[in-house]
Amino acid sequence: MTTTTVTPRRSTGPRLRRARGFSADRPRRSPLLTVLTGIVLVYSLLPLAWLLVNATKTQADLFSSFGLWFGDSFALFSNIGQTLTYDDGIFVRWFANTLLYVVLGAGGATALAVLGGYGLAKFDFPGKKGVFATVIGAVAVPGTALAVPTFLMFSQMGLTNTPWSVIIPSLISPFGLYLMWTFAAEAIPTELLEAARMDGAGEARTFAQICLPLLAPGIVTVLLFTMVATWNNYFLPLIMLKDPDWYPLTLGLNAWNAQAATAGGEAIFNLVITGAVLTIVPLVVAFLFLQRYWQSGLAAGSVKE
Amino acid sequence: MVTSTSRRHEGVPVTQTAVPPAAAVSAGPTPRPARRRSWSGWGFVGPFMAVFALVFLAPIAYSIYLSVFRTQLIGGTTFVGFENYARAFGDAQLWAALGRVSLFLLVQVPVMLGIALLVALALDSGRLFGRDFFRISIFLPYAVPAVVATLMWGFMYGTRFGLVGNINDALGVALPNPLAPDLVLAAIGNIVTWEFVGYNMLIFYSALRTIPTSLYEAAQIDGAGQWRVIRAIKLPAIRGALVIATIFSIIGSFQLFNEPSILQALAPNAITTYFTPNLYAYSLSFSGQQYNYSATVAIIMGLLTMVIAYVVQLRGMRKEA
Repeated sequence: MTTTTVTPRRSTGPRLRRARGFSADRPRRSPLLTVLTGIVLVYSLLPLAWLLVNATKTQADLFSSFGLWFGDSFALFSNIGQTLTYDDGIFVRWFANTLLYVVLGAGGATALAVLGGYGLAKFDFPGKKGVFATVIGAVAVPGTALAVPTFLMFSQMGLTNTPWSVIIPSLISPFGLYLMWTFAAEAIPTELLEAARMDGAGEARTFAQICLPLLAPGIVTVLLFTMVATWNNYFLPLIMLKDPDWYPLTLGLNAWNAQAATAGGEAIFNLVITGAVLTIVPLVVAFLFLQRYWQSGLAAGSVKE
Repeated sequence: MVTSTSRRHEGVPVTQTAVPPAAAVSAGPTPRPARRRSWSGWGFVGPFMAVFALVFLAPIAYSIYLSVFRTQLIGGTTFVGFENYARAFGDAQLWAALGRVSLFLLVQVPVMLGIALLVALALDSGRLFGRDFFRISIFLPYAVPAVVATLMWGFMYGTRFGLVGNINDALGVALPNPLAPDLVLAAIGNIVTWEFVGYNMLIFYSALRTIPTSLYEAAQIDGAGQWRVIRAIKLPAIRGALVIATIFSIIGSFQLFNEPSILQALAPNAITTYFTPNLYAYSLSFSGQQYNYSATVAIIMGLLTMVIAYVVQLRGMRKEA
């Protein structure tokens, strides 16, 4: 058994179990620990279950039936239909806006972070320390300090109330830059770069053909995190946008919810709840399908000492 | 980055970088210069820095500029030096807001990070049935927008037709209203905890997975038990991640905006326009047109956050030496 100690952690044979008591792979399962962790699991999932159950109810049932169980009616599909068509299909418009902000904002942010992170990891250039200090110093300033001046600046440039006012600030993800920086430093052997250069490949070509494939897990991770940030963004559009036609889903849902409180406003809580479900589904699906990639990217990049 | 205020995790990205410096400088993402110094690196870093200058550096500079002026309907804009700062110093509403987020910070952050750490250790111990299911399920709330999370919990908090109301009806009791003025801060704390336990758990868990197995084997040979392994190996190994998560959470608390602002519609009496410093700055600008004073409040909060983040980072990293 002693020779097996050099075996990498994941390739454990059954006989190793007892020999490696605390290693994370195959120790004894504990029902007690599972139940205790189960409490946190229930806490995490219960509100989502509540949301799903209540998306199947009519507004009347919403008020009259027990929150964690189905009502008399099963109105999920009529709710979805109503959500998509209410107010001339404004929800669909918000969905499209959100997609636009995510594709351009998160996509752009990822592209800038990948380029910048690679540049910082693999080049030594004049002003590199300055770049580091500036980015670190500036990101420590909370968004609060930036919101108002950014709004005033953008308003003087005529950008407020346009999609650009949401997209442009979304383009910078310092976390993405940092993640790509650490990731590129690990994932790309410097020897490989030297070899490519020796063969006469230009910097752009070396990057596109040799480095990009190696950076893929890091790119997926950064993309997912910038996607969530853009998809879930509320504060920035709240400040920048007045015209509901440019709202993202988050702002639109809140407007629907607030509608009940306004004088003469129609209460449409069933649509708020169904709209909320439709809002979270794409992100949940993206996380589930890509989890293999983003988890390895996160483990390799963000938190390693 | 304006985006960052909207949600704690968006604040996270921002500050994640604020912290890693310690990790980055000590561990160093670049172990050695990849090649001789040349300008070609700028070709890659340039685009980022250009946009960064527009959405980060320019607004900061503009904010500082705004904070030393006063704009009046009659008389226009005049230079007032530190007058706005002096006003902030004696502003009871700002102090009240600051007190509120400090209380929030002292209670919510330890609870959230404690739960996240315990779950991460449980997952890493390998003793759970269905580990992957646990990991992904507990992380899931992170994908839910703050707006949706707050609306959802807001509905559930309802004493009339929410879960709280259901329980009251079913058991014939009268639970306290979570949206009453004395409980609303805790209600917000619960929402924020729900949103970010999974995210922090994942950060801790990823860090735990990078610990080399040889350390556990050595500990086993020395006869160390589970708790000793956790105390002597696991916790020290993930100190960097712990410090990072703590700093994000502090910044998230100071920037608290979305949850109270959305809950305001449900609890207008419990949540004032100056409930948190961020809400106050927002109200000053967009309802009050007091841009100069709002910029001052924002800068004060920015400086305060930076100082606290810096202190936590220093204290957290010191023992490593």
